[in-house]
Amino acid sequence: MITDIDAKLLEKIADLTGKPVGAINIRKDSGCEARQSTEHIEITGKTDKPGIDIRIKPGTRGEKCYIPVIISKTGLTEMVYNDFFVGDDCDVEIVAGCGIHNSGCDESRHDGVHTFYIGKNCRVKYAEKHYGENDPDQTGKNVMNPQTVVYLGEGSTMEMETVQIRGIDSTKRFTKFVCEAGSEVVVTERLLTHGRQIAESEMEIELNGADAKGRVISRSVAQDESEQVFYPRMVGNAQCFGHVQCDSIIMGNAKVKSIPAIAANCTDAQLIHEAAIGKIAGDQLLKLETLGLSPEEAEETILKGFLA
Amino acid sequence: MLELKHISYRVSTPEGEMDILKDISLTIPDEKLVVFTGPNGGGKTTLARIIMGLAQPTAGQILYDGQDITELDITERARLGISYGFQQPPRFKGITVQDLLQLAAGQNKLSKDRCCNYLTNVGLCANDYLDREVDVSLSGGEVKRIEIATILARNSKLMIFDEPEAGIDLWSFARLTETFEQIHAKHSATMVIISHQERIIRLADEIIVVAGGQIAHRGTTEEIFPLILADTLGSCPVMTRKETAQ
Repeated sequence: MITDIDAKLLEKIADLTGKPVGAINIRKDSGCEARQSTEHIEITGKTDKPGIDIRIKPGTRGEKCYIPVIISKTGLTEMVYNDFFVGDDCDVEIVAGCGIHNSGCDESRHDGVHTFYIGKNCRVKYAEKHYGENDPDQTGKNVMNPQTVVYLGEGSTMEMETVQIRGIDSTKRFTKFVCEAGSEVVVTERLLTHGRQIAESEMEIELNGADAKGRVISRSVAQDESEQVFYPRMVGNAQCFGHVQCDSIIMGNAKVKSIPAIAANCTDAQLIHEAAIGKIAGDQLLKLETLGLSPEEAEETILKGFLA
Repeated sequence: MLELKHISYRVSTPEGEMDILKDISLTIPDEKLVVFTGPNGGGKTTLARIIMGLAQPTAGQILYDGQDITELDITERARLGISYGFQQPPRFKGITVQDLLQLAAGQNKLSKDRCCNYLTNVGLCANDYLDREVDVSLSGGEVKRIEIATILARNSKLMIFDEPEAGIDLWSFARLTETFEQIHAKHSATMVIISHQERIIRLADEIIVVAGGQIAHRGTTEEIFPLILADTLGSCPVMTRKETAQ
């Protein structure tokens, strides 16, 4: 049963309101709350371990698939394996995401491994948002450790948007792409930590085929006493182009470590990395104040834009 | 009306106290276009920043429409209708040109047509720029023109521009001076423009030459422009010799 709290979580992590159109699987407290396949997208439960298989028929175009996860129990720990098999020539959007509403003082934890096997000449958009919250006066930690592994077929493109909205006390994220000839991946990561939260994000993009392209755009805000570590790696094994860009805003007594790495194993690999960490520039705040915003509103506007 | 009364601004340096502004008093009536000009380091920008609240005077009083605003912060002055175009505007990752114009316009939702108007006034095409982020992908001249567009969108009663011509190409500059002329002709705002450009100086109702932290001269274009030229030539012995030789 979807409660009001669940509905709010679903809206936050997957923009889901009302009855969604298309394929859907809602996982709640380690159970299946709703499942719906379509003519072209089949969702089935795994029999050997927790999780689902999503099979998208070749040539499927313009369809959406929602597979959000919500946890409303305190002390719940789960490990979930979701596999996506995307046939050739598909153009689809997949919306995942996880929301935890921790009602007690125990740790709630979701570990998820998403593996994508994407055929040739596909266009896939994949979004996952992570969010945690607690009942008033409750202190249970919210933990999420998402892993995403993508095998991207020839001529396919994938846009991945991964966002940690707020409220996740600890996260260890791993993202890996293996890109064949002519494929292109763009990963956009947005991450906010606050309080005493800890976040670690590791990425590895292997550009294995000719003309493969990879781009990582990582933006993060570390507030209060929180700590973040980024370790994005781009490996060029063929004639390819790769760009890694990490920007972090650091506030309060936070700590941020950013270690982008590029490795070329082919003379025609062109790889670039940029990383920057800094506090909000004083002239940015002053500019917005001259537009009539209070210092607090100015800071909020800068952070909102940065993480948008 | 803006009144500055005995404004001083003193800073501490390793060499001791330094007076950036020395007892400046002036009144700027409503709907006038006033140009602050003068040599680099003379105190023009500091004076403008003090009006906006970006710097706090060490002595003196600022009255705006009769209200003492000396102790008001930047936000409060902005909400009273004072705006400020920075000489070197900041960039914002993730904030688009449209976002910035909307922030400048405040509560009222800006239509695309209005945004287009503001950008056209600074020589930019809305279709090319509205969705772009105000980040390092834009050139210095583009950011500068967007900065001026935000002041236009703000539609405030007192607009301060710090060297609006700096970094702007000739074609956009011509468009910009037309915009200043139009605002002035409509009597819709008071403008204080820090500038060294003859075309802008010639638009002014009054020119105030700030040098050595003081008002060196003030008057109409006809009165002051010959003095500026004389000062400029007089300060350079090489140019003076050439003039004499001719």
